[in-house]
Amino acid sequence: MSNIPADLRYASSHEWARLDADGNVTVGISDHAQEALGDVVFIELPEVGKTLAAGQEAGVVESVKAASDIYAPIGGEVIAVNDSLADSPENVNTDPYGSWFFKLKPSAADELDKLLDADAYKASADA
Amino acid sequence: MGQRTPLYDLHLALGAKMVDFGGWDMPLHYGSQVEEHHEVRRDCGVFDVSHMTVVDIHGDQAKQYLQHLLANDVERLQELGKALYSSMLNTEGGVVDDLMVYLTDFGYRVVVNAATRDKDLAWMNQQAEGFAVQLHERSDLAMFAIQGPHAREKTCEQVSQACAALINQLLPFQGLPEGDWFIARSGYTGEDGLEIMLPSDQAVAFFNDLVGAGISPIGLGARDTLRLEAGMNLYGQDMDESVTPLASNLAWSVAWEPANRDFVGRKALQQQLQRGISTKLVGLVLEERGVLRAHQVVRVDGVGEGEITSGSFSPTLNKSIALARLPVATCERAEVEIRGKWYPVRVVKPAFVRHGKALI
Repeated sequence: MSNIPADLRYASSHEWARLDADGNVTVGISDHAQEALGDVVFIELPEVGKTLAAGQEAGVVESVKAASDIYAPIGGEVIAVNDSLADSPENVNTDPYGSWFFKLKPSAADELDKLLDADAYKASADA
Repeated sequence: MGQRTPLYDLHLALGAKMVDFGGWDMPLHYGSQVEEHHEVRRDCGVFDVSHMTVVDIHGDQAKQYLQHLLANDVERLQELGKALYSSMLNTEGGVVDDLMVYLTDFGYRVVVNAATRDKDLAWMNQQAEGFAVQLHERSDLAMFAIQGPHAREKTCEQVSQACAALINQLLPFQGLPEGDWFIARSGYTGEDGLEIMLPSDQAVAFFNDLVGAGISPIGLGARDTLRLEAGMNLYGQDMDESVTPLASNLAWSVAWEPANRDFVGRKALQQQLQRGISTKLVGLVLEERGVLRAHQVVRVDGVGEGEITSGSFSPTLNKSIALARLPVATCERAEVEIRGKWYPVRVVKPAFVRHGKALI
């Protein structure tokens, strides 16, 4: 059974989003997603400074099995990306919630509320 | 539900993620495909390959039949147990399947792919017309591949004394029976190792013994990256009935001599040679980050275009590699399109890793 922390929000496309103390939102992919992908070997991250709409393609995760797009769970400007994933993409498999992909400065404060909570995500991932 | 090998329940108990492979429910991996890959390169691992199709060829004309059926020549098998790799062609020279054939005391043992079983058996039976041969499919046998630098020594500790004695004397590309087992020193990984065929009802106990002795179970995912690193073709991906062995890096497995051996597809291959072969199967190495995948377009400046037939991440080389069918004039450089961007790749001989060592 995959791990779904209760304090995070989720997109049905399997990204997690965490509201940070400074009001920015950190994004990664869920345990369920990394398990389905298999060993992650390469990650393409968005450019810092780019503004993404909710649901817009933000990057690509390549596993030994396949390439999968990752999407911005909410709209906002990319203010940081996790460069350490370039050298250690396998961290996404071992620590999916510690291995963040990028941070967004949200375009609208309430967008996070539109995402799934842990229970709703669990229901959607099981379906 | 797909077909299941005798080990299906054991795979589940070992935590396998199962996938469909040619109509069979097979383990993709047991946790981490990359770890399993390294395990085989560095130590050893065991694969359930019981889905593969084993066919025994009996009869007075078994040799003549296989000399007609196969592009390689079983006349090359002079010692009992010697093995030969060959393709089996249609009359147009297209590859019906690739296979291993062993010389046995009763005739020959042939191992063909699982996904192509039905068409292979139909073709082999059709071609048997007029020959005094009998084909016996051995679906009563399970088959394991135990591969890696320590495969033979670790397997010896888990088998009968007689089997261990046989394992210690087997030469590469040789397979011999011991009781109702058949043990061959061959594989599909580029490492030393064994392929063992045994009665299905002994399969679970033996696999358990091997895993219990610390030999990791390995799924089809790692089997694919291991064979790709070794530069070995996968039927249905790197070749099929639309291409000949000459355009599939398999010219070495076509026996032209003696010139009067009229094997199926020979005329078509000779015509292709006369016309000139337009494509070749090569290896590609991506120097930048990214992953090459089957069907990505490859362009060669001033020469033309081609396509990747198999591509993946190479765990041993820590970069992406591929097999690609490209115009025959292709030299050292090409470019591959990945998500709309062109990446430079190096064109190499299609063998990337052998016996744990990088060849490129």
